[in-house]
Amino acid sequence: MSGENWRQERKTLLATLGPPLFWLTLFFLVPLAVVWAYSFGRNVGLTEIEISGTFANYAQAIQPLYLGIFFKSMLMAAACTVICLIAGFPVALAITFAPDKAKAWLLLAVMLPFWTNLLIRTYALIAVLRNEGYINLTLGWVWKQVGLVLNVPPFVPLEMLHNNPAVLFGLVYVHLPFMVLPLYAALDRLDRSLIEASLDLGAGHFRTMMLVVVPLALPGILSGVLITFIPALGAYLTPDLLGGPDSQMIANVIERQFKRANDWPFGAALSFLLLYLTFVMVAVQALIQRRRGAR
Amino acid sequence: MSSKPPIISIEGVTKRFGDHAAVDDVSLTINEGEFFALLGPSGCGKTTLLRMLAGFETPTEGTIRIDGKDTDGVPPNRRPVNMVFQSYAVFPHMSVADNVAYGLKIDGVAKAERDRRVEEALALVQLEGFGGRMPDQMSGGQRQRVALARALAKRPRVLLLDEPLSALDAKLREAMRFELASLQHKVGITFVMVTHDQDEALALATRCAVMERGRLIQLATPSDLYEFPNSRFVADFIGTVNMVEGTLKTDNPTEAIIATKELGDVYIDHAVLGNEGATLYLALRPEKISLFRRDGVVPPKLEDCPEGYNVVAGVIDHIAYLGSESVFKVILTNGRQMLVIRPNLTRWDQEDFVEEQPVWLSWHACAPAVLAG
Repeated sequence: MSGENWRQERKTLLATLGPPLFWLTLFFLVPLAVVWAYSFGRNVGLTEIEISGTFANYAQAIQPLYLGIFFKSMLMAAACTVICLIAGFPVALAITFAPDKAKAWLLLAVMLPFWTNLLIRTYALIAVLRNEGYINLTLGWVWKQVGLVLNVPPFVPLEMLHNNPAVLFGLVYVHLPFMVLPLYAALDRLDRSLIEASLDLGAGHFRTMMLVVVPLALPGILSGVLITFIPALGAYLTPDLLGGPDSQMIANVIERQFKRANDWPFGAALSFLLLYLTFVMVAVQALIQRRRGAR
Repeated sequence: MSSKPPIISIEGVTKRFGDHAAVDDVSLTINEGEFFALLGPSGCGKTTLLRMLAGFETPTEGTIRIDGKDTDGVPPNRRPVNMVFQSYAVFPHMSVADNVAYGLKIDGVAKAERDRRVEEALALVQLEGFGGRMPDQMSGGQRQRVALARALAKRPRVLLLDEPLSALDAKLREAMRFELASLQHKVGITFVMVTHDQDEALALATRCAVMERGRLIQLATPSDLYEFPNSRFVADFIGTVNMVEGTLKTDNPTEAIIATKELGDVYIDHAVLGNEGATLYLALRPEKISLFRRDGVVPPKLEDCPEGYNVVAGVIDHIAYLGSESVFKVILTNGRQMLVIRPNLTRWDQEDFVEEQPVWLSWHACAPAVLAG
């Protein structure tokens, strides 16, 4: 009744849809269109850009140097996603099977870092990982205790910061909630009696996991992968603060074009290549989902 | 009953969740080939007991033996039992044939043998040719058959059924009832069924265990449960009953008289073996009461009672005509309401009585079940 009526009531529709549409258009679509236009322009002077319809920026963007950084960014994001999946699946499972009272607290524990400012979290990681950081302090103390009994060389702090592993560690740390929440949502929906039926029919826990739980949680796994991979691909702050000279990702390059290099058209072209990449991935996921649904 | 050792023996089993005893010191044995029903209202512990047989719950105390072996510490996947879940739990991402083959694949049964047994199991539940279908293309009744076939394909020693008919509509439920019975006959496997539906239990089971609040109240054949309940709870839970409180007045080896406020003195044709003056309960089934018109004043004569006993006067308050039978709500002169069921043996039987009509109610000396508590 009312569910059908609102489609016909144009005024109501306009009143509810209007403001968000207006907001999205003015502050998202229009700026995006401007940047998109820039990607076909060239610098004429310090602040002026002429939209000339050139493809030169894109041609520059697909040079080996930048393609390499694109490729490396994808590799980092993929590694981050795989680690998040491997680490997040057991966490999501544990929350699913936790007693109802504990569930909310466990979910809060997953969400809490997520609600903390990214900059603060990243600096906290630096405090943990740096040469005088908590890990090295602890290791040094243990080393010293060992030195009391055994003859060992002096402690050399582990280099854990400003390199690729540090970036990967940071990316996993930041993006783990993105993976855990969709996984949890998918696993929590799963009918428990399906798991029990599998056990009842003779399968152990591992085979039940592989033959029943994972296939049925696949939509959740797919969306978790996508939701983790996309922001990881565009990560900027993490490689900037935790990475070394060779760990820059595509977002760092884009930032440099807009700021230090002052080459907005090239930065815009790089940005849109990243955006197209994202579109392709979302499309692929939608295709997979639809095929599963159609079956 | 049988000379063979019982397939399942439950010895002093208690299951506690926190302070609450879901199953409280239950002992019973189930024989090979039986169709056994665990019957009781929701929350009586019957499902917990079934889940302990399947291995999804472990007893807090007591021992469960299946096929003579102690099941303590044996996980569900290593027990010679299979379960048909209330929600059927058919794997939605597998075809019907893959569902049925699942347990066999896990057991490492070779493909040719597996295919043969899948076909056999599907034929058993009359789903030949449905192997290629996906579960979401099937009705609820068909999905249940898939769950049955899947469990039976493993050839378990015991098949556990959790409320097998509760999710089906009334017509299908009746049809499935007969099918389950004939299926059990065909495969000869012991069936253990949990149900809250007394009709289901009475129609299917060879023996029923009636449970209440975690305790086993009575273990008997369906007809014994109905005709010889051991408590007010069982008499009330199984079928409908007119329950009347009274005190023991006379108790001889061949007869007893129980004084009641509502039915006067009731004559019983057997000894009660109680203390005189003890409080007793009479459970009188509606169909065991006869109805007579009270147009004349003379009460009907009963050949098995002394005159004046087991006859009371009342007025028909309401008649529910159910086709095969009619249910009469009769208000006695003292205000007590009694239910009477009368079969409509001829096509004009229902015309004999109308609402507001004065009637006599009478019952034989053997009709009431005498209950101590």
